[in-house]
Amino acid sequence: MNRFFDIPSDLQHDWLGLIGLHLREALLPVLAGLLLALPLAQLCVRLRWLYPPVLWATTVLYAIPSLAFFVVLIDYTGQTELTVMIPLTIYTLMVLVPAIVDGVRSVPQETLAAATAMGFGPVRRYAQVQLPIAVPAIIAGLRVATVSSISLVSVGMLIGNQGALGNLLHDAQIYNRPELAWNSVLTSAALAVLADVLLVVVRVLLTPWMPTGRSGGRSRGAGVRPDPAVPALEDAAR
Amino acid sequence: MIRIDSVTKRYPDGTVAVDRLSLDIPDRSITVLVGPSGCGKTTTLRMINRMVEPSEGAILIDGVDSRQQPVNTLRRGMGYVIQNAGLFQHRTIVDNIATVPRMLGWSKDKARARARELMERVGLDASFAKRYPYQLSGGQQQRVGVARALAADPPVLLMDEPFSAVDPVVRKGLQDELLRIQAELGKTIVFVTHDIDEAVKLGTMVAVLRTGGRLAQFAPPAELLSDPADAFVEDFLGADRGIRRLSFFSSAGLELLTAPVVAIDATAEQIAARGAAESPYVLVTGLDGRPLGWSEPDRLTAGQIDVGRLLACGRPFVAGQDSLRAALDCAVLSPTGWAVAVDHEGRAAGVVSQDSIAEAIRGAHAAGREEPKTIKAGARKVIR
Repeated sequence: MNRFFDIPSDLQHDWLGLIGLHLREALLPVLAGLLLALPLAQLCVRLRWLYPPVLWATTVLYAIPSLAFFVVLIDYTGQTELTVMIPLTIYTLMVLVPAIVDGVRSVPQETLAAATAMGFGPVRRYAQVQLPIAVPAIIAGLRVATVSSISLVSVGMLIGNQGALGNLLHDAQIYNRPELAWNSVLTSAALAVLADVLLVVVRVLLTPWMPTGRSGGRSRGAGVRPDPAVPALEDAAR
Repeated sequence: MIRIDSVTKRYPDGTVAVDRLSLDIPDRSITVLVGPSGCGKTTTLRMINRMVEPSEGAILIDGVDSRQQPVNTLRRGMGYVIQNAGLFQHRTIVDNIATVPRMLGWSKDKARARARELMERVGLDASFAKRYPYQLSGGQQQRVGVARALAADPPVLLMDEPFSAVDPVVRKGLQDELLRIQAELGKTIVFVTHDIDEAVKLGTMVAVLRTGGRLAQFAPPAELLSDPADAFVEDFLGADRGIRRLSFFSSAGLELLTAPVVAIDATAEQIAARGAAESPYVLVTGLDGRPLGWSEPDRLTAGQIDVGRLLACGRPFVAGQDSLRAALDCAVLSPTGWAVAVDHEGRAAGVVSQDSIAEAIRGAHAAGREEPKTIKAGARKVIR
């Protein structure tokens, strides 16, 4: 057990370094995915016909194994973190686009009409009314995307030292040190749980206006989802 | 004044929502647009603040085409109240109300101070200020909706079925509150409803629209009830329009009899004198003058009047203040067929029979035919 944190030198990082790398490779794609998904989702809300094809496209992209992405990308971006993060970014879209679209659509018609009647232009209405009310749905999507991304980073080991904690699995095999595999699995899981808890805290802080159940208020049904961690963990097989 | 000038709204699929509608909406009064669903009343309302653009015709505000100014400037000058309030669920009550002042560039403190002032005006406790909409009942939310529309003190208020989603008791409270606020502020209010009772109660002028967006009649409510323009309007007003019309006649002209009223400490001579009066019954009042109940005169013994054996006199009407409808209602519900009139302090002012109420109704109808009120004459002009 005293060799649990003794990371082989070929990984070029100590344990904390691997965690840092892992988080960077997992969270930057979620952030990039969010920045892509916001305008894409807004387009889908505005142009209703666009939503089904966009949904179809993100699903198809999600079905492409990361290895296939690597084969194509490696000619352009080489054996870098970027090669790992590009597919991860694309995967987050399948979760984030529908989450944002549903969130924005959950804003009641009366609220939108009232905003328009009060002289809100389309941009102000989006930023000050639709987006804030969509926050619970967006964060629900971010929770799935984040947990899934943290588990998926490990595939980076296929192109060398880019799998962060995932590379420990490889080293566990070649050095015959099973504790490294335990380290990889437990640390990734802990990171995923921690990130999820943080997002829940952010959601609570951002939405003091949500009915809490205890106060017995009337819910207006802003798209609150079931706990997203379960499907995300099933996904770790990728 | 808002002038709707021969406005038509035709949708791309050919549906005509509003058909060559012309209305002159008078300043500082409540104009109600009423009609069955699909009559274009909401479309008409939304054309006033350009949430819907007319296909033909124009809407003039104080003589100027509403398309002359930027659409958001136009809208910020018109308060808008919608069904279910449409509050911003992510903002506190005080910030909901402060929305338009904030957009107009008021400082946060000034806008919030104004919001708190309006909460008081619409009858909301100051403790609601920091709450969120989900913590309020439907009626309270609608009060916030009205306060939000009034926040920047716009001259015009557009109200789209604002009270139709709350229960009847709360609705009546909100209607009374609106009339009270209107008496204080004197806004130009355009009010859409499908409820003819609400229209008659609130409207200074009522525009009845028929399916297909055509104007059936534009008149003050009393005229609507007395002279419906056609079978459609008559049907829409319902079966008891004659009774409801009585709401517009004052009970001031009723001839009240004071002879059949005796105090509970009356002497035998007084009771005997009352017995000879015009009524077969006498009304017994307490020492404070409040009505206690009816009795036949020969059943009364001076000094020994048993309040428990009197016939209940029911709810009285306030002479001069209540309408003939209230007076008739009292007479119909009274076990003796006589209505009890009281003054503002609740003291018995006299009694009146169904027959003399009926006579007063005939008199009021005759007077209504002979000399139409000036507002009626004005209203006729704008029906095109």
